[in-house]
Amino acid sequence: MNRLPNEPEITAEIVAAHGLTPDEYERVLEIMGRTPNLVELGVFSAMWSEHCSYKSSKKHLKTLPTEAPWVICGPGENAGVVDIGDGEAAIFKMESHNHPSFIEPYQGAATGVGGILRDVFTMGARPIANLNALRFGAPEHPKTRSLVAGVVSGIGGYGNCVGVPTVGGECEFDQAYNGNILVNAMTVGIARADRIFYSTAAGVGNPVVYVGSKTGRDGIHGASMASAEFDDESEAKRPTVQVGDPFAEKLLIEACLELMETDAIVAIQDMGAAGLTSSSFEMAGKGGLGLDLMLDRTPMREAGMTPYELMLSESQERMLMVLKPGAEATAAAIFDKWGLDFATIGELTDTGRMRLYWHGELVGDLPIQPLSEASPEYDRPYEIPAPKPEFDLANLDRGQDAGAALLRLIGGPNLSSRRWIWEQYDSLVRGDTMRGPGGDAAVVRIGDGPKGIAAVSDCAPRYCFADPVTGGRQTVAEAWRNLVASGAKPLAVTDNLNFGNPEKPEIMGQFVGCIQGMGEACRALDFPVVSGNVSLYNETNGVAILPTPTIGAVGLVADVAAAPSIAFRPGLEIVLIGETAGWLGASRYLAEVAGVAETHQPPPVDLEIERRNGALIAKLLDAGLTNVCHDVSGGGLAVALAKMALAGDVGADVAIPAGADPLAWLFGEDQARYLVATADAEAVLGEAAAAGAPAVLLGRTGGDALTVGGHLAISLGELRAAHETWMPSFMAGA
Amino acid sequence: MRAAIVVFPGSNRERDMALACRRAFGEEPLHVWHRETTLPDVDFLALPGGFSYGDYLRPGAIAARAPIMDAIRAHAAAGKPVLGVCNGFQILIEAGLLEGALLRNANLKFVCRETTLVCGTGNSPFTRAMQAGVTRMRTPVAHHDGGYFVTPDQQKMLEDQDRIAFRYADGDNPNGSTADIAGVLNAGRNVLGLMPHPENATDPLAGGEDGLALFTSLLEAA
Repeated sequence: MNRLPNEPEITAEIVAAHGLTPDEYERVLEIMGRTPNLVELGVFSAMWSEHCSYKSSKKHLKTLPTEAPWVICGPGENAGVVDIGDGEAAIFKMESHNHPSFIEPYQGAATGVGGILRDVFTMGARPIANLNALRFGAPEHPKTRSLVAGVVSGIGGYGNCVGVPTVGGECEFDQAYNGNILVNAMTVGIARADRIFYSTAAGVGNPVVYVGSKTGRDGIHGASMASAEFDDESEAKRPTVQVGDPFAEKLLIEACLELMETDAIVAIQDMGAAGLTSSSFEMAGKGGLGLDLMLDRTPMREAGMTPYELMLSESQERMLMVLKPGAEATAAAIFDKWGLDFATIGELTDTGRMRLYWHGELVGDLPIQPLSEASPEYDRPYEIPAPKPEFDLANLDRGQDAGAALLRLIGGPNLSSRRWIWEQYDSLVRGDTMRGPGGDAAVVRIGDGPKGIAAVSDCAPRYCFADPVTGGRQTVAEAWRNLVASGAKPLAVTDNLNFGNPEKPEIMGQFVGCIQGMGEACRALDFPVVSGNVSLYNETNGVAILPTPTIGAVGLVADVAAAPSIAFRPGLEIVLIGETAGWLGASRYLAEVAGVAETHQPPPVDLEIERRNGALIAKLLDAGLTNVCHDVSGGGLAVALAKMALAGDVGADVAIPAGADPLAWLFGEDQARYLVATADAEAVLGEAAAAGAPAVLLGRTGGDALTVGGHLAISLGELRAAHETWMPSFMAGA
Repeated sequence: MRAAIVVFPGSNRERDMALACRRAFGEEPLHVWHRETTLPDVDFLALPGGFSYGDYLRPGAIAARAPIMDAIRAHAAAGKPVLGVCNGFQILIEAGLLEGALLRNANLKFVCRETTLVCGTGNSPFTRAMQAGVTRMRTPVAHHDGGYFVTPDQQKMLEDQDRIAFRYADGDNPNGSTADIAGVLNAGRNVLGLMPHPENATDPLAGGEDGLALFTSLLEAA
């Protein structure tokens, strides 16, 4: 293979600059049988980046359960697919855009939304819901406010334009994210179960077609950037961030879905991380075929681009397709209608090789299988951190006023209202949003109903840090609980695993521990993982984020008209399902009110009990015994009661059971608990007893205050002011 | 009621508008692509919300020059009802069919939330079932550029001619619009531009049905 004019000689420095270790480069030489040229080295660098190859995580990801009778397609495709009956399927995935969002928050977050949308509509689904899970540094850190503002407007700027409602998500602040914020975006789409499109290329001689926006010089080496730690110079990496055009994405959605109504497509893959390189290698690799690419035919944004740049650009809003012979004219007409580029840039071959041509000259020649299917796999040493000690209730400061504590929690950075965020997102477009932001799971109707999809994202990084296995279990269980409390049958999970540097045994231990806990919970709850994404090296100057395995989950609501809400209505009785031991270890209360700096053991998660209590809630909802339901999570019972009261603008009067430790009872974060409001508490208690689940009548809804006999009495006005003020005043710099 | 919805590249609430038409009129509306130059024979025309042409240049500016616009002007000139919602309102203004301008929201942020509208006049095919100053509609907004602006002279003219169709209720102005104006009529009273989304308030399960009255009013007018 000849070097192109002006192309440098491959030196150890160039190899290192491409993020390949000396060992990996030895393997490159073995596979190639010669020294690669720069284009070829760039291809290896992208394909074997942590981001694309999952080389550190693969071994452990394989332990997660991925199957269930309703799973149509598990991990390995663009997104996961589950059967939702009536010939329909839900297609969904969550993906991180952490590194780019820290460097350039608006574009980083915007293109995160764009990328995850493409993963879903690539498979033939109409996107019906977006969610996002955001984690920022401490509020007082000088960068936090501008990062929040940039990320939120980037998500809105992209999501609002494409006409997909942003219906839910989460946002957390912790100093562990000062140098590495997390932006995890999720899309859910609906497709016909018999019209799902995959990425496996087939048919020697079939045309390979490029559609969408033109290729520019943005995002070159984005995948490699996202596979390295940050330091003080990280902002110099801004040119590796892509620039999004949501208008082009909207056109691409409509054009692709229109083409998918015809019979033209053999295989389709979006150009995400590592752009044309990963899409072409993955498609051909899965099909066991070869591919000749005429790179000079690629639609280009500017003159003078090189094969190297074309292969590594991460320009957005692009797709690669294999079409059936003779289908090009049909497809070209549709893309012309939508004003998008369309070019036949290659052809499938039986060579098993990727041959790259530039104006007729061969400029790269690589074997496909060894790159796409045999990337390095590491069994990195790990040490699962030992669980932290339990918190001793004897050390609890009893002098704390419960009312002041509640106001501080729901008026603090992590449990205050996110209205400032979600009012910047169009949560209503398409007219099917039954339950939008601010409740448990979001619920979106499918077509004319009565079915709906419930979707949620969850993670408790503080639990995962204190005890990775329990934390992993809890994160899955909480997502499952949120779906149950929203009246859905939980179906499946997408996981977005955000961790630090896997080359450090303690970080790798966090990863392995969380996966172990997640796997246990997914198995126990029949809640398989069908898609996911791993984001490692979330470290700056050697300081890692909290282990953050974000769980996106989807469930099926049989009749959206009957879906419960968290909002109290007057005149109902409030019943707590599940056992309250008053577990304060790793709680919001200890960290944010009591000011306990040390980490303690998080609440245990008993998966059998989760299953039992969840089944009871489903039964109560089915039987019509309640349609006001909320799962109890961060901040404990007091926060859950306050949120239900605020949502309904209806107060409540409850009593602490005799013998309970008041602060622990109000703010403990014991798992597997739900609050329901019902007109027939006796029947609810009877069902609970029959199921063997602890249940206790706490009091009644009504009035305009939240009262816990003898411990706190706060007007809804005061609660609302505390809950709604923090975020807007923080963002205003007040 | 034969209805048509004009779709531009980047429109994204055509489905919502179609659902509202179906609920109000009991029949499916037609869709008209921006590259067409003639309209089907319809009674009512709707320009839906969205980001036509990605809001490039100015919201509505490029769509206002689309091939279909002459046919829309002719439909309006014939006195038949035209409703532009959100981006549709922006397009009608850019096309010169309504007065004023729509500026970036006063707080510079996109806003999606429910607002309460107060009917400003019962004298239009869209509001004949409503009572000025009395009828209130819970209707959501979802826009980045919805601050309606008119000069004091234009405002006086709109008021004198009773052309302010809707205002945001006291204290509920989401975008800093002049005199809380949410929607205005043309001089012929058959073209209504509205920033909030009545089509997203036609479903008892999602947002309530307050917006339905605006569509059913057209039935009585026909």
